[in-house]
Amino acid sequence: MAGTIPWERVRKAGHTLTTPLDPDDYLRFINPLWTARELRGRVEEVVPETDDAATLVIRPGWGWRYRHRPGQYVGIGIQVDGKFQWRSYSVSSPPRRKGRTISITVRAMPEGKLSAHLVKGLEPGTILRLALPEGDFVLPDPPPPKMLFLVAGSGVTPVMSMLRTLDRRGTLGGGDGEDSGPDVVMHYSSPTPDRMIFRDELEALAEKHPGLTLHQLHTDVDGMLELEHPEKGLDGICPDWRERETWACGPGPMLDAITEHFEKEGLEEQLHLERFSLELGDQGGEGGTITFRNSGKSIEVDGATTVLEAGEQAGVGMPYGCRMGICHTCTLTLVEGTVRDLRNGDDFGQPNEPVQTCVTAAVGDCTLDI
Amino acid sequence: MAIADVKEYTHLSDEEVEQIGRELDAIRQEVEESRGAADAAYINRLIKIQRGLAAAGRVSMLAGTWGRRWAPRAEKPAIAVGAVCLGVAKILENMEIGHNVMHGQWDWMNDPEIHSSNWEWDTAQPAEQWKHSHNYIHHQFTNVLGHDNDIGYGILRMAREQRWHPYYLGQPVYNALLATLFQWGVALHDLDLERIRKGEKDPKEMKRQLAQILRKGRNQVLKDYVVYPALSGPRWKEVAVANATANLSRNLWSYVIIFCGHFPDGAMHFTEEELEDETRAEWYLRQVLGAANFKGGPLLHVMSGNLGFQIEHHLFPDLPSNRYAEISVKVRALCDKYDIPYTTGPLHRQYGQALRTIIKLSVPNSWTTSNDPAPPERSDTADEPSKDRRRKSDAERQPRRAELGAWTRSPRERSHD
Repeated sequence: MAGTIPWERVRKAGHTLTTPLDPDDYLRFINPLWTARELRGRVEEVVPETDDAATLVIRPGWGWRYRHRPGQYVGIGIQVDGKFQWRSYSVSSPPRRKGRTISITVRAMPEGKLSAHLVKGLEPGTILRLALPEGDFVLPDPPPPKMLFLVAGSGVTPVMSMLRTLDRRGTLGGGDGEDSGPDVVMHYSSPTPDRMIFRDELEALAEKHPGLTLHQLHTDVDGMLELEHPEKGLDGICPDWRERETWACGPGPMLDAITEHFEKEGLEEQLHLERFSLELGDQGGEGGTITFRNSGKSIEVDGATTVLEAGEQAGVGMPYGCRMGICHTCTLTLVEGTVRDLRNGDDFGQPNEPVQTCVTAAVGDCTLDI
Repeated sequence: MAIADVKEYTHLSDEEVEQIGRELDAIRQEVEESRGAADAAYINRLIKIQRGLAAAGRVSMLAGTWGRRWAPRAEKPAIAVGAVCLGVAKILENMEIGHNVMHGQWDWMNDPEIHSSNWEWDTAQPAEQWKHSHNYIHHQFTNVLGHDNDIGYGILRMAREQRWHPYYLGQPVYNALLATLFQWGVALHDLDLERIRKGEKDPKEMKRQLAQILRKGRNQVLKDYVVYPALSGPRWKEVAVANATANLSRNLWSYVIIFCGHFPDGAMHFTEEELEDETRAEWYLRQVLGAANFKGGPLLHVMSGNLGFQIEHHLFPDLPSNRYAEISVKVRALCDKYDIPYTTGPLHRQYGQALRTIIKLSVPNSWTTSNDPAPPERSDTADEPSKDRRRKSDAERQPRRAELGAWTRSPRERSHD
């Protein structure tokens, strides 16, 4: 019974043998997954999904908790030219209590050095760094009775995790005459059928569950989703969309249009968004002089430059990860002054407050502890 | 009064000094831009070897003691081999890994497991205190009397400008004790014994530091002299002695290497006047003048944490140590070009000179002649103690230079006021 071994106490005892290091710092040379200091995972399988997308099946090492909620993302770190680069990807596998692996689905982006490497250049057996699941674009428990998914491109991945979870629990609406789960409508845009990730699986799910309605739109032929169009728009594909809780994930312009549309109808309360890229609003800071206390460097910047960019320009070795405000790798302590979150205009100005440098800009002079 | 007034440099114009600075900046930039997978592989491989040796040392000792019933003749050799492995592992960790990681030489990898902000090394000195007294005080104010505590560590007289006192007659003895107990000397490094002696140290800060040292020192002592011996059962004594031997060899080795960095003849001392209005280029020059290299093969350089390239390390403290050898070729050429002295020699000669200075300076200046290069011509000659000997607090010092890395109190102990 593994559950009866007090691992925490064993490790504490082990620490007296390895102080100032942890036993993990030695054990990872026997098996790279035997460490909880920095979470690691081994790539077990690389499953091609489309020409430019692949699912990585990853076995996490010690310290991993399989309790992610369907829809959340994890951070993946790999060393490129000696430097760890981090990106976040949605977990596409459903959470399992007795989990052994997690899956993430990655689409190689043009210009995306890291994503291309993950899709094309990764061999089974590769060791990655992992960051625990995060994000609040999740399937509520219990789910609402009526749901609408609006996804495009690789935006399907968090929603896939939700659908698989509903399927596994047997609660997708209308299956086998029982009406135990939500009624789900999904609208999925993709340039061509070939580029559609999980197409076969989605069609099989829609076949199996009367409560799941799947709309496919191939934008190369049919053009983009026009939300307001009487037939091709939301009113056409899902007349009761106003009564549904909606999850939208995809490219920035599409999410902007959806947000606008829901706001016009006064329904922004029931819309959940997941962005895969940093969309900075028009909430600039005011700029000012940013001082990096321990580096003895300072730089004068405008209100559109993030603190992270400012530090890099000043030549400070700034920690960074996803550069889009989700992984928290870049978080530093703001000693004094105020910074503004460029995504939503929130100000942070408590002394010694931790701030995310990749999405904040200076509002007047401020000092950071680095 | 700036370094340009130092005799060695009177032949350099201000413009030439700035040009030297620009050339050194270019060397830095070239290394920064070329850091990559090969460098990352170097430090990762070294850490693997070091931890392998440490584990092999411990396991070998335990195997020897546990297996003596079946292989009695193998017990002693197994313990001896264990002691050697452990000694080498401790040396590698302190010199080439810990010291250099804490300098921020590997921070560019963005790897939290090999990062200056949270590395803790295998010695009694808490990393946080080292990053203050060594990275900042010693590397910024190198060999400046009254600032740099490394001129004698507050217990030895290592510069003729330091006032003589009968206490220093015992210097050869203090030196032998320091060499033997070097790990504990280093542990007290940031306490700044001189400031404590003169009652200038904030008692609250002193208590905080002492508590930190005691906590870390206790863990180190427990590991080597209680936990591992206890695991060896009735042979605890042999294992404790083997661990002590490993610690002692690390102490003596690191003491010798470190004493070759700034004490051989040719490494100059400076006074506060030289710090005034010091430009970046002048700071560079002071680093070259204040440091001494030693020659050796690749193995010697790895075992000494590449401190045989002390000059290069002082110019670029945060560049990866595996690059110092190639940097030294360029620095040497630059020194030749501008006729700047570049102190180097075989290890035994460099240490011999340091030892001679220790013995000479235990007696008043008038009894001995100087081996130092000619001091700068100033109204106060070098054989006269200079005026202001009050130790400075950080608030009175210049802010930390960028290449000296970050320093913060560990979060746990930061006050929230």
